Parts: sequence; structure tokens; C-alpha cells
Amino acid sequence: MSEPKKKNEFLYFAMRNGKLKVGAVIVFIFVLIAIFGPKFARYPLNEFVAGGPNPPSADFYMGTTAYGQDVYAQFVYGLGTTFIVGIIGGGLATLLGMLVGFVGGYKGGWVDEVLNIITNIILVIPTFALLLIMVAYLKLRGVLIESIFIGLTSWPWAARAIRAQTFSLANREFVDLAKLSGMKTMKILFREIAPNMMSYLFMTFILQFGGAILTAATLDFIGLGPTQGVSLGLMMNWATNGSALLLGYWWWFVPPGIAITAVVGALYIMNVGLDEVFNPKLREM
Amino acid sequence: MRRYFLRKILIYLLTFFVAVTIDWMIPRFMPGDPVMNMLSKAGSMHAEAQEVMYGYLTSSFGLDLPVWQQYVNFWKALFHGDLGISILQFPKPVIDVIKSALPYDLLLLIPSILLSYYAGNKFGAYAARSKRMDNTLLPIGYILTATPYMWLGILLGWVFAIILNIFPISGAYSYALKPALSWTFIKSVLEHWFLPFMSLFIVQFGGWAIGMRNMIIYELEADYAHYLEALGAPRKLIRRYAYNNAQLPQLSGLALKLGVIVAGAMSTEIVFSYPGIGYLILMAIQNSDYYLLQGCFLFIIIGVLLANFIIDIVFVLVDPRTRLGMQGGAS
Repeated sequence: MSEPKKKNEFLYFAMRNGKLKVGAVIVFIFVLIAIFGPKFARYPLNEFVAGGPNPPSADFYMGTTAYGQDVYAQFVYGLGTTFIVGIIGGGLATLLGMLVGFVGGYKGGWVDEVLNIITNIILVIPTFALLLIMVAYLKLRGVLIESIFIGLTSWPWAARAIRAQTFSLANREFVDLAKLSGMKTMKILFREIAPNMMSYLFMTFILQFGGAILTAATLDFIGLGPTQGVSLGLMMNWATNGSALLLGYWWWFVPPGIAITAVVGALYIMNVGLDEVFNPKLREM
Repeated sequence: MRRYFLRKILIYLLTFFVAVTIDWMIPRFMPGDPVMNMLSKAGSMHAEAQEVMYGYLTSSFGLDLPVWQQYVNFWKALFHGDLGISILQFPKPVIDVIKSALPYDLLLLIPSILLSYYAGNKFGAYAARSKRMDNTLLPIGYILTATPYMWLGILLGWVFAIILNIFPISGAYSYALKPALSWTFIKSVLEHWFLPFMSLFIVQFGGWAIGMRNMIIYELEADYAHYLEALGAPRKLIRRYAYNNAQLPQLSGLALKLGVIVAGAMSTEIVFSYPGIGYLILMAIQNSDYYLLQGCFLFIIIGVLLANFIIDIVFVLVDPRTRLGMQGGAS
């Protein structure tokens, strides 16, 4: 089968895959809210615009916090932060995983052995504990730093999975041919091996994206989130600190959780859909 | 089998070594003077305590000593069980503070992990390839795994403690009671334990069910399954083989997930003010009690390493390949 025809085949199955469509639509809706939501905010972020807590009304779409801040503004800006953390954290983790996995799986020998040991060590250390101890000592924390730390600590399983894939591709004929023709290692990796596992890399990125969002939410909730700005995890942190639970201000703590769950859940479901698109055995007849 | 264990133990020792080194390095190489940083942040402390702490911190950090000496001393102290003194519960040693929190963590983690693993796997296997079950399990399972632990905790707390008022919302037992071996006390402990346990159980259950469902589908497409089918083996038998094979990746998945589960337990404890290590971490952060924070970090690492080792032993029991010294197992 020639190359363009095969792509069309994937597109054909992608368009027919309900899981992929549902997941993509949900993620897309939240991306739109994150991009255009701030334009409709009637009150500035984190300003004390109301005297105290207000349930959702025409004035405050999503109510106000116990301190009188507009929940809608916090929500839409926080959603943006969530996507930024996902893209940077998940992206960095995928890149590092690719680097380690490609080099280890392709080179083999002692390079592979050393990389493997490093991967296994970081794999066993609970990422969260590592982040905890790193982040706690930073006085000023931004979203960028948080995302980078998350990326730096969550690459190992991606590296291991990609290494295994690379290993199985490295001994195929077309790679041998490239080697014989004198191609440089890097070029072989990115021109010959990477394209053959594109679907796999993309799925790894989606999982890392979701994972980074959940990790960031946990860190923010514990009080190790960004010291400025707003995120969905921080909203939950503020809500519990402000006794929203005891006082029943549900509009304050329910939306951020729904958004995180919906985005991450949709990403996971998209992933299953993609798996079925790329792997014919899993397609439901 | 010996090789398998030797390799594992080597990795765990290396990991422990790296973790302790990180624990030692971070306060020293982060920008700023750690001692001043600690003391200026813990401003609300008594003047007397502050003076004692400054002397204690400078001498125990030993910043005048050569770096290698500091490092050796850190290890020595560690082997004597000396993790420093808690600022939060001054002058209680960190190790004692953590020891009194640890039982609550075990009480939450062990039952939630074991029960959700068992129930989730069984349910996932049951739902796989049955059209009707699959269509409900899949979305629900993915929504559950995507739920942040603390948010589910908040929701459960809000519904069952605030609105319905069935369960208590905070603490490990009623504040009116003193720890004793009486039925009232045990009942109180169970009541306070239930909601945090449920939030951990439900999220993990979703993950295992989904994982098993996906694995079974893979296994049922494997050659051996088709072969058995062609031989006319009963469907139940094929599914049992598939289930047994699917257990191995699930088990190594458990090893990989431990870190996330621990993080989930920490944040759940914070929601319910449940006095485990997670709650201690929150207190340590809010009070800039860095010794306590570093101690908690070490305890989490040790706990996860031990749990990994237990999973390795279970692997030897369930996977014959590891016993024969062949490939396999969670490397």
C-alpha cells in the first residue's frame, strides 16, 4: 500500500471512531473556553469585586468566592494555565522520553545500560515527592517553572516505552539500508525511526499531557502551586482554605474539578480511540 | 531468580542513594541562604525558640565544613534515625512526628490499594468484550481515572458530610474521644476513615477496571487465544487464560502507579484533615518546617521502595519466567 493511501485509511477510521470524536470535541470546547473565555469576563481576575460570597447570578455567571472574587474570571484564566502546564510539562516529558528512548534503544550496549539504570531510578522515585522537595524551596514560583519541573520528572515511563519500540525498529531492513548508505545517527533516528512510530509518540504525548495536568492540580492544591496567577488546582486550594465545603459554596469548588476531570478524561478516551484507529486488531467490528 | 532479585535490590539501593543525595542537596544548592530563609519564613516563632533553632540549624547544616564532610555527616545522622527537629512541634524530633502519622497512611493506603486492585481487575475482565457493559464501563472508568483525588474527596465530603451529615468531615477520630481500645473509639475511627478511603478506592478502581478491560481485549486477539478458539475450547477457559496473562502488566502497572497513588492519598488527607503524612506535609509547608518536609520525603521514598520490592516478590510467585531466570517481570 502506498503512503498517501494509508494516511487516508487512518483518516477514514479516525472520522468513524466515536471515542476519538467525543474526546476531541470535549477538549476542543475547553480550549475555546480557555482562549475566548477571558474576553467575556466582566470583572478583573482576583479583584475583590463583591462584598462576599454570591451564588451564580446574571451578574456573576459562576458566583463569587468567600472573599468576593469573580469565580468565572478565575475559572477561565485557570483553565488557560492548565493547558499551558499540560503542553509544556507533557511536551517536555515526551521530548526527554524520546531522546532517552531513541538513544538507548538504537545505540544499545553500555549507553543503553546506563540510560536504563537512570530511567529505572527516576521511575521508582515517586515523582510527586521529588517535586515536593524541589518546589518547596523556591520562593517565587511561576507556571513555567512548575511545568518544567513536572516535565523533568515524568519522562521515565515514556522513555521506557519508546526504547522498546525503537529497539524493535532498529534491526529492520530499512534501517540497515540507511546505515549502509552512510546516514548520520541523528538523521536515521528522526527520518527513519521516528516517522514509523509517530502514532505511538503522539499517544505518549497525550497521556503525558493529561498526567501533567493532574500532577499540577495536586501540587497546586497542596499549596505548592504558582505564587502568582491562578490555576484550577489553586482554586480548589483557596476553596478548601476558605471553608467553602463547610459553608456550602459549591459553585467555588465544583467547576475546577469538573474541568480537570473532563479535559483529562477526554484526553484518555481520545487515546483509546487513536489506539483503535492505528491498531486494526482493536477496531470493533 | 537470584539474578532477578540482585538486580532489583541494586536498583533500589541506587535509588535510595540518589534520593538521599537529592534530599541533602536541595536545601544547600537552592538560591539563597537556607538557614536565614527558614527562620525568616517561620517568623511567628518564639524568640527563644528562634535563637535555639538558629544555633541548631547552622551547626547541623555545618556550612563551615567542607562539602564532602557535610554529606558524610548527613548519612551518619540518617543511620542514627536523626532527621532533625520539627519546628512545627518543637522540640519533638522529626522522626517521632512522622512515626505518629504513619499508621494513618497505612490505614488508608493498604486497604484502598488491595481492594481496588482486586475489584477493579475482576470488574474490568467481566466487562471486556461485552457490548453493553463496555459502553457504560468505558466512559465511567475514564472519568474516574481522570478525577483528581482531592476533588472527589471534596465532593464526597460535601455530599455525605455536609449535606447528608452521615459521616464526619475532619480528623481521624472524634475530637471528644481519647485513643482507647473501646468500641466507641473504633467506631469513630472507622467513621472518619470511610470517606477518605472511598475517594482513594473509587479513583483507583476506575483505573484498574479500564486497564484490565484493555488488556483482556489485547489478549483475546493473541495467537494462543485464537488457537484455543479454533480447537473449540470453552470461552470461559480462554478468558481465564487471558485474565491470568493480563494480570502481569497490571501488576507492573501497580508498581508504576504507586507514586501517583501516594500523591493522591496525601491530597485526600488534606481535604479531610486526616492526620497522616500528607497532612503533615501541608503543615510543614505552611510553617516552613523544612526538616519535617525532608523527613516526609524520605519516608515516602522508603515506603514506595518497600512496596516495589513486595510487588517484585509477588511477581516471582505469579510469573514462572522470573523463577526460571528468564526475561519477564517489571524491570
